[in-house]
Amino acid sequence: MSEHELTCGIEIHQQLDTTKLFCSCRSGLVESDEGTFLRRLRPTASEMGEMDRAALLESQKGMTFRYQAPQGVSCLVDADEEPPHVADEEATDTVLTFATMMDARIVDEIHFMRKLVIDGSNTAGFQRSALIAMDGRLEMNGKTVGIQSICLEEDAARKVDAGDGEITYRLDRLGIPLIEIATGPDMHSPEDVKEVALRIGTLLRATKRVKRGIGSIREDLNISIPQGARIEIKGVQELRLLPLYVENEVKRQRMLLRVRSMLQERGALPVATEPVDVTESLKGSGSKVIRSALKSGGRAFAVRLPGFAGVLNGEDGALRLGAELAGRARTRGVKGIFHSDELPGHGITEDEVSSLRQSLSLEDGDAFAICAADEDKAVAALRMAAERANEALQGVPEETRDPLPDGGTRYSRPLPGAARMYPETDVPPVTVTQERLRLIRDNLPELPDETIRRLVVEYGVNEQQASQIVRGGNDAAFERIARTLELPAAAATVFANTFPEIEREGLDVNAVPDDDVLRLFQMLSEGRFAKEALPSLLREMASGKAAEDAVSSLGLSSLNEDEAEAIVRKLVQERADFVKEKGMAAAGPLMGPLMAEMRGKVDGKAASELLQKAIKELLT
Amino acid sequence: MSYSPELSSVLESLQASNGDLLRVISSGREHVGTLMPHHDFSDPDVLVLKLKSGYNIGIKVSVDDDVSVLERAARREPPRREKPAVEGRKRVAIIGTGGTIASYADYRTGAVHPALSAEDLAASVPEMADLAYLDPKVLFSIFSENMEPRHWQELAVAVSKELNDGAEAVIIPHGTDTMGYTAAALSFMLGEIPRPVILVGSQRSSDRPSSDAYSNLMAALRFALEQDVAEVCVLMHSGPSDDEFAVHFGTRVRKMHSSRRDAFRSMNVPPLAQMKDCEVEFNAPCRRKSDVKVTPSIELQKDVLLLQYYPGMHASQFSNLIVSARGVVMSGTGLGHVNRDMVGLISRAVYGGTEVVMTTQCLSGATNLGVYDTGRDLINAGVITVMDMLPETAYVKLMWAMANSDDVRRTMTTPLQNEMGERREMHV
Repeated sequence: MSEHELTCGIEIHQQLDTTKLFCSCRSGLVESDEGTFLRRLRPTASEMGEMDRAALLESQKGMTFRYQAPQGVSCLVDADEEPPHVADEEATDTVLTFATMMDARIVDEIHFMRKLVIDGSNTAGFQRSALIAMDGRLEMNGKTVGIQSICLEEDAARKVDAGDGEITYRLDRLGIPLIEIATGPDMHSPEDVKEVALRIGTLLRATKRVKRGIGSIREDLNISIPQGARIEIKGVQELRLLPLYVENEVKRQRMLLRVRSMLQERGALPVATEPVDVTESLKGSGSKVIRSALKSGGRAFAVRLPGFAGVLNGEDGALRLGAELAGRARTRGVKGIFHSDELPGHGITEDEVSSLRQSLSLEDGDAFAICAADEDKAVAALRMAAERANEALQGVPEETRDPLPDGGTRYSRPLPGAARMYPETDVPPVTVTQERLRLIRDNLPELPDETIRRLVVEYGVNEQQASQIVRGGNDAAFERIARTLELPAAAATVFANTFPEIEREGLDVNAVPDDDVLRLFQMLSEGRFAKEALPSLLREMASGKAAEDAVSSLGLSSLNEDEAEAIVRKLVQERADFVKEKGMAAAGPLMGPLMAEMRGKVDGKAASELLQKAIKELLT
Repeated sequence: MSYSPELSSVLESLQASNGDLLRVISSGREHVGTLMPHHDFSDPDVLVLKLKSGYNIGIKVSVDDDVSVLERAARREPPRREKPAVEGRKRVAIIGTGGTIASYADYRTGAVHPALSAEDLAASVPEMADLAYLDPKVLFSIFSENMEPRHWQELAVAVSKELNDGAEAVIIPHGTDTMGYTAAALSFMLGEIPRPVILVGSQRSSDRPSSDAYSNLMAALRFALEQDVAEVCVLMHSGPSDDEFAVHFGTRVRKMHSSRRDAFRSMNVPPLAQMKDCEVEFNAPCRRKSDVKVTPSIELQKDVLLLQYYPGMHASQFSNLIVSARGVVMSGTGLGHVNRDMVGLISRAVYGGTEVVMTTQCLSGATNLGVYDTGRDLINAGVITVMDMLPETAYVKLMWAMANSDDVRRTMTTPLQNEMGERREMHV
């Protein structure tokens, strides 16, 4: 169909900065584990007969869910103890606004649906979601990216702990409105993906109704390559890693295609998925993993993988089918598996490998995988691994993968089938009136490019800075500081340079409320500290301190002019010989040690003046 | 709201019905989706379509728009189910009153169907079918707010028949709004029973994964089978968690919250028993299982009023009502008070032969008409006091007592079914 090396679509989930979608709780995350209760979820049968007994038993054996219900940010609605209220109007308006900006076709009547999710992340057992608009488009650098759908839905509860058979969630995040934007499969390079994501993020922030900070925007990637398969990478939080995920996924799929053709050349056949007991061969093993599994009553099992030698881990790590097998096996609750391409090793000796190969009657070119654990788990895990090995004969299996912080991904589950949805009868449909749409059209937010131009003209910042400020979504905060405190240059530096710098250090500076940043600049204009201290103060604030506390904790608010003068005099006295020798030229070299002592407490220019004055005093 | 006449005629001329695949071209855009039932609150000109993605959307359709049927809904035969195993299992009668015990969602049309037959039930709640032979019957199909005293009577007859036919227990799924009234009525009408009769409700409907219907039903079944109890009780969640339940005497229980799972509370006494998963702890003595035959007394004097006193209640507004009624239960303030005006009216009514019972709208605590003048005046006026009996229970009991006892005052003031007590523990 397409000749592109890579085809990618994105789904963006952005939290809206309103109250929760179906109640009037404040939407914010808190550190509190108060008020817990326990629930179980039961899959509702779809139509008569569709729920089989085995699936039901599975769910019963399965998980219990513990919920923490912190006060103020969760209520009876979130605890599924009260019916949902009508959908928040401000959140709905925000989505209608964005849909209008994308020139999408807005539905005439909004119907909320229940999308079944029984992993506990929704207390109700379903996520409420409504399709608001379809068929929009985004024009970018002369290219058009299709916007397939724009939905309004509720965020899920936050997973805070997972133990044996029990998962703990916190209800603070549950019910925060999310706008979900799905693009068409219109991106064909890793950079395209990042650009589109950035552009949509900037347009969303233009509505001034979206939350900021890590976790407030999450992206799902749908990636495929020719002859590969659709892979969904779910829940990427760091935009800058998007191109890396895409690149790595393309590599992974290409690797799997190579593995396929190698296996085909070798004439490899589907493997038998039934594991065999090999506990005898590993009885005295020095491998810690195996020893501890056997000691606690487990057994060791193996599956034969005829023809798979070298593709599990070969060509110096370029072929890595073994990692795929292990990922699949881990879904059955084992820590991992060993495969023959990595053995001997991990405490398993050459002799043990030979004995295993012999008992499995393997020939050259054949591989195997072993797992030692509780018998049921080990058998189930190896069955999964063997099934995954067989899929390698077909190429790339469709699946959902979790993003890892290093830009790689990990198997999570098969691609979900068509979502099971039925109407949310507790929430009435919302007719979208022409009057409402007219009001929205008449009040569309300023587009990012216009804002950039305006910042340049009105505040005299350069275009690059203005663009950084807008991309970072800080234009509103910048304008407040520039206008009320007349500090456009300092504010521009902070938002265009300092913020991205701090973000790269992994601190969530964007989560600092605008009001707090404004307060900081107020203190700057009151002379409470010098502008050199802004980066360290913002770092403190990004770690959760209020502006006032940050300033006093760095000891920046205490230095008045007398104190500063005393420090300067002391320094000049200490280096009196040097000053006498160099005369006024001593000022330059002395600025370094002086600023090291006073950085942030006194403005550089003021410090220099004090220094000149002290030198003059000493010399006369 | 239903469809507008224009849209109705469009759909009629196409013979389109819910479940059909439609193509709608409206404002120049094409939509293809399955026709869904029109929502009560939908705009009359809106068609609700379920798109391939599973989402429903509303599309406004005008007479000039192009609507066509692409495909007729396929008729689906319900699957054939096996009869559940009966041998070796105790028979538990399940008498449906209108709430859905278990249900199925049809993701194609969004409709929710109740599971009604033994076969459906065994398939939808197999964990229950493993414990007993579930024998369901549907007696009514009404919302509990539409329940009337005649329904209590019919229910009492049906329950008696099941018990006398050897049912190990009778479980009654019931809408929660009036479940307390029904439980009280059954308590008085059935009298001594050989096996437990347990009313069960759910505060979250059974079509959602988080429904409390299944855990309540399962707990009721276990309680009925495993505990030596022969009472009419109500079993519901005792907290927000799915592993904690309370079993209440049918005469002491009241719905105290409009939506929470633990809405039902025993008033003035602890619940008969608490369950935490499979652990049961009893708080009160109760009747044991036996072979006694049930002889229900279902007669009721239906001309009884239940009135809540409020400041501004004027005797003139209620005088005809109260004087002409055969019985009146007043829910008074505090220890059981009404204003002077109403005392006079009550006095006249009692003189004219109306039985007047005083309860307290505080719900917690007993009435005491000996403390203040008003109370003493009410005693002199002839009202009957019933300790800490709930107003609703007193209403049901008065109807029953007036039809089944020669000495209404004595019957009303004598505890029969744990409905009232002299002692209230100081729970600190």
